[in-house]
Amino acid sequence: MADYSEVGKEAVEAKGWWGAYRWLLLRRFSQVTVFLLFLLGPVAGVWIIKGNLSSSLLLDRVPMTEPILFVQMLAAGMVPAADALIGVLIVALFYLVVGGRVFCSWVCPLNLVTDTAYWLRERLGIRGGARFGRGLRYWMLGMVLVLSAITGTLAFEMFNPVSIVQRGIIFGMGLVWAVILAVFLFDLLVAKRGWCSHLCPMGGLYGLIGYFSPLRVRADRRADCNDCMDCFVVCPEPQVIKPALKGAGKGIGPVILAGECTNCGRCIDVCSKDVFKFGLRFNNEEKVEGLRGTAQPL
Amino acid sequence: MGTKVNDDNSSSGAGRATRRQFLADMARTACGVGLLGLGIGVYSQRAGALPAEALRPPGALPEEEFLAACTRCGLCVRDCPYDMLHLARLGDGVPLGTPYFYARQAGCEMCEDIPCVPVCPTGALSHGLTDINKARMGLAVLSDQETCVAFLGLRCEVCFNICPIRGKAITLETEHNVRSGKHARFLPVVHSEHCTGCGKCEEACILDESAIRILPNRLVQGKLGAHYRKGWEEKAKAGEALVTPDLEHRYNLPEGVRYEHGGRGLILEKAETPPSNPADILNRGLEGR
Repeated sequence: MADYSEVGKEAVEAKGWWGAYRWLLLRRFSQVTVFLLFLLGPVAGVWIIKGNLSSSLLLDRVPMTEPILFVQMLAAGMVPAADALIGVLIVALFYLVVGGRVFCSWVCPLNLVTDTAYWLRERLGIRGGARFGRGLRYWMLGMVLVLSAITGTLAFEMFNPVSIVQRGIIFGMGLVWAVILAVFLFDLLVAKRGWCSHLCPMGGLYGLIGYFSPLRVRADRRADCNDCMDCFVVCPEPQVIKPALKGAGKGIGPVILAGECTNCGRCIDVCSKDVFKFGLRFNNEEKVEGLRGTAQPL
Repeated sequence: MGTKVNDDNSSSGAGRATRRQFLADMARTACGVGLLGLGIGVYSQRAGALPAEALRPPGALPEEEFLAACTRCGLCVRDCPYDMLHLARLGDGVPLGTPYFYARQAGCEMCEDIPCVPVCPTGALSHGLTDINKARMGLAVLSDQETCVAFLGLRCEVCFNICPIRGKAITLETEHNVRSGKHARFLPVVHSEHCTGCGKCEEACILDESAIRILPNRLVQGKLGAHYRKGWEEKAKAGEALVTPDLEHRYNLPEGVRYEHGGRGLILEKAETPPSNPADILNRGLEGR
């Protein structure tokens, strides 16, 4: 596998700096924008969006509710009021269209922390630690729901670092820095990409939503792949790439269909051969191979 | 573990091994996640208890349901025009991310339109609450008569005057001041029928530590047995006593003397001059025989 410090160099040479970091920068811009929009109210008194990621009100009109909270509430035996119902439909539909785990890579504030931890882990060459299966998050999701059902409360919300961190920054930190530090150290020392790619049940739920999303990363030009492995290094969920990239012989791909793909676009950035691009999930399997070089699907 | 598997051939042995591996992985994951869940569960139960002095916004469901319904979004906090609601931070000792207020810091101003309630997306603050006077955030309790200056015989009445439901939720009961012997004491008395638990009285109490406090209704409010009937109310409703009325007691008393039970006691109707011969009294009514 490529040396981490070398990853992306080829892409920079081939496509220029912007070309090799475009989606990463857009993603950071999106994360910071969402973050600032929530802060704009309490800090500057401009209320574009009110509340926090758990539930919010856009322009004092559009309700939004986080799906993980909604399902916990149902599991705890509550029938929420109309706003929460409409709110969760809006959020779920949005992510259903753009990709479930777009939340993880484009919105979630904790992504900055865990990406930094991963970057540092690779830079320092830290190896080993706990190894989790990729299905663990679905176990976690199940556990969260069972916990809600047993305790009759949103028990996981006492622990959920995603909501704790975002709420903390908007409504007052308290000891939230300790939570940020804990997640950072966990990802740095205990498990590689431990929280976001293995444990987080929110990612699990969004992964389930994203299973049906039309917006996908496609490896349309996979024939050009030079096996540099950079995409596997930068990808938070490298297992999703392989079938799409290497499945030509088996009639699989070139669309990355796994719900775990976060649509972060980092693979698009890092590929010097422009193998990947955003597109739709249709025209999958061999049909696209025939089209390649003539009409490019969206 | 105890039995040794005899493999018939290598391929089925491998299949069994992977199946066994798979089951072992499943079991390990289930145990790990289960333990984590247990940890979170226990932690959430311990850290999820609301301290008695932390009060919920108006319309909050009973605490147990509230913790199931509140998304910790803080919209109620944002829409409070008086900024007296807080969203619990990590380390505040209140269930994380839930809204609360401390009456002593700032009580609820009881806005007529109750802006914090309709904004709640889940109904954790019940949208059924439309009359703020029906809110029950807690119940005021005059918890310390030793320091309340009204009980010391001074005129204070701050809690009485600041009460948004003045004259109903807190009334002043006058009482003879035994210490001075010639003054009255104006004692504040809380009526649970009207008190919303807004906390203005606790906030305004002039003492260094408030002598009147808002406590959760569950901690302080009594409840009559469901079978209890107040006789006087039932009597008024029915227009007559529902039980066989007591026979009026007849006292065998000399003429001109009555006895008032529970009242003035023995009553001499007319002050007679005693006859010169006491035997005349004993022989009264026997003159003709």
